[in-house]
Amino acid sequence: MEFGPYLLLASLEGAVTAAVLALTAVGLSLVFGVMRVVNVAHGEFFMLGAVLAWWIATTVGGHPALGFAVALVVAPLIVGVLAALADMTVLKRVAYDPERTIVATIGLLYIIQQVTLMTYGPEARPVEPPFNHRLAIPWIERVEGSWQLYYPWGLSTTSYKLAVIGAAAVVLLGVWALLARTRIGLVMRATQLDRDMATAFGIPVERVYALVFGLGAALAALGAVLVVPIQQAHYLMGGDPLLLSFIVVIIGGLGSLPGTVAAAILIGLSDGIISVFFSPTLAKIIATLLVALVLVFRPQGLFGTRAA
Amino acid sequence: MLELQGIGAGYGQAQVLRDLSLTVDGGEILCLLGRNGAGKTTTMKAIMGLLPLMSGKVLLDGVEVSALPPHRVPRQGLGYIPQGRRLFGELTVAQNLEVGLMARGAGADVREQVLDLFPRLRERLRQRAQTLSGGEQQMLATARALCLSPKALLLDEPTEGLQPSMIDAIRQVILRMRAQGVAVLLVEQRVDAVLSLADRVAFLENGRLARTLPAADLRADHAIVDRYLGV
Ligand SMILES: Nc1ncnc2c1ncn2[C@@H]1O[C@H](COP(=O)(O)OP(=O)(O)OP(=O)(O)O)[C@@H](O)[C@H]1O
Ligand SMILES: [Mg+2]
Repeated sequence: MEFGPYLLLASLEGAVTAAVLALTAVGLSLVFGVMRVVNVAHGEFFMLGAVLAWWIATTVGGHPALGFAVALVVAPLIVGVLAALADMTVLKRVAYDPERTIVATIGLLYIIQQVTLMTYGPEARPVEPPFNHRLAIPWIERVEGSWQLYYPWGLSTTSYKLAVIGAAAVVLLGVWALLARTRIGLVMRATQLDRDMATAFGIPVERVYALVFGLGAALAALGAVLVVPIQQAHYLMGGDPLLLSFIVVIIGGLGSLPGTVAAAILIGLSDGIISVFFSPTLAKIIATLLVALVLVFRPQGLFGTRAA
Repeated sequence: MLELQGIGAGYGQAQVLRDLSLTVDGGEILCLLGRNGAGKTTTMKAIMGLLPLMSGKVLLDGVEVSALPPHRVPRQGLGYIPQGRRLFGELTVAQNLEVGLMARGAGADVREQVLDLFPRLRERLRQRAQTLSGGEQQMLATARALCLSPKALLLDEPTEGLQPSMIDAIRQVILRMRAQGVAVLLVEQRVDAVLSLADRVAFLENGRLARTLPAADLRADHAIVDRYLGV
């Protein structure tokens, strides 16, 4: 058996993980960057996205692609609005104090989880992918002195998985464009850099916060909608994304979006590769170890520039 | 134009300003003097709505700005040049100006006027604010505030750490604003710089107004300055 094709397969699986993780972690990073608060309920917004996707897909019915398309737009929207409301009713009340926000979002975490358990139930439910062609993985080998393309037996991915990677890349580009190229992005960055001066120049900081919190949650929800045809929706599914997002945000450098994306790719790919060749548990152990090392030796993150 | 009526303000429980009343007319430069820690910066923050008032009110052009949410205060036409400049350091010169322009929905014409006042900024529009020299940073902080086409301008130690030619450039801008009818509230440490510029001078002592008098009186009798500032 050749090693190369398996590495390619593992990398593809890892890239899917990385894509979803990048979306989720960028949401967390955005909230931390602009608002300087840690959102412990971030994983629950992810879960809510997945559960809503199931609910929307089932309600809409018809061709799976139709329900999925509606879910792709509506689920992040609902989650975003819910998060913005939570921001305005809860986080604003605790004045975005870092410690009290952690406690408040822990409370939010349990509320979202329990309400989902009471309404959606404890089952894991799948959402049908909008399309799902098997794609054999090609590899090249040297036959009689010339390179030839062939398809190793039994190795394949799906068109949907590739689409997830593409969709995540497009959304991340969109987030980048929003921040770097639009007025609302400018307002968000000014708020991040100096809250008081932003206010002194007419920026409604509290509204910016609600927007950023909503946007962060919506990104997590979007990641979940993308992953739910591969993973199934379950009310406890928020734990892993939260942990991995934290890992990614710390490794990437708190609040740095390019760093977050780079770290998501690093963690996602290594997670995929280590899971395929060794075990998923080992992958998590190594990721956690990496965080510990980063925290000790490079607290500003691998890609961060300033001290955290 | 700008009117402070018996304001009290502070940080948390600690009150800094007590019963402070001031007026600055349009086309007038009022200079606020006081020792370090007297409450000059606090006064500016209170006017901008960045500190909640414990008492009193602030009026701009007859509008009670202290009753508005903080982000609506500058939109009434208050330009603030804070102590230490406080630029959006990671943003470019152009973006810093853009933030100023957005506050009151100003257009390209205002931007051009402001850049005409500071030609050096025009050459550096794409440079990050934090990489500007100290003098250029002060220009940018001033330009950013002028982007609001302010009715009243608050300047907190605008010449701190600048060389004479730069101080003169800032001075010229302040005079020009006065000529355009802007109410200017200026905080300055360097008394000599103030005396040639100000119309009136107000002395702040431990958060209270100790005395307000025409700058001409001070020019005639320098002893008053020494009494309040204890130089
Ligand atoms: N954020 C803050 N929290 C608590 N107290 C503060 C804060 N900022 C200023 N103070 C206190 O308020 C008082 C007035 O400070 P302020 O900055 O207004 O002085 P100032 O007149 O501007 O002095 P300087 O000439 O040194 O700039 C000082 O005693 C200061 O310690
Ligand atoms: Mg001061």
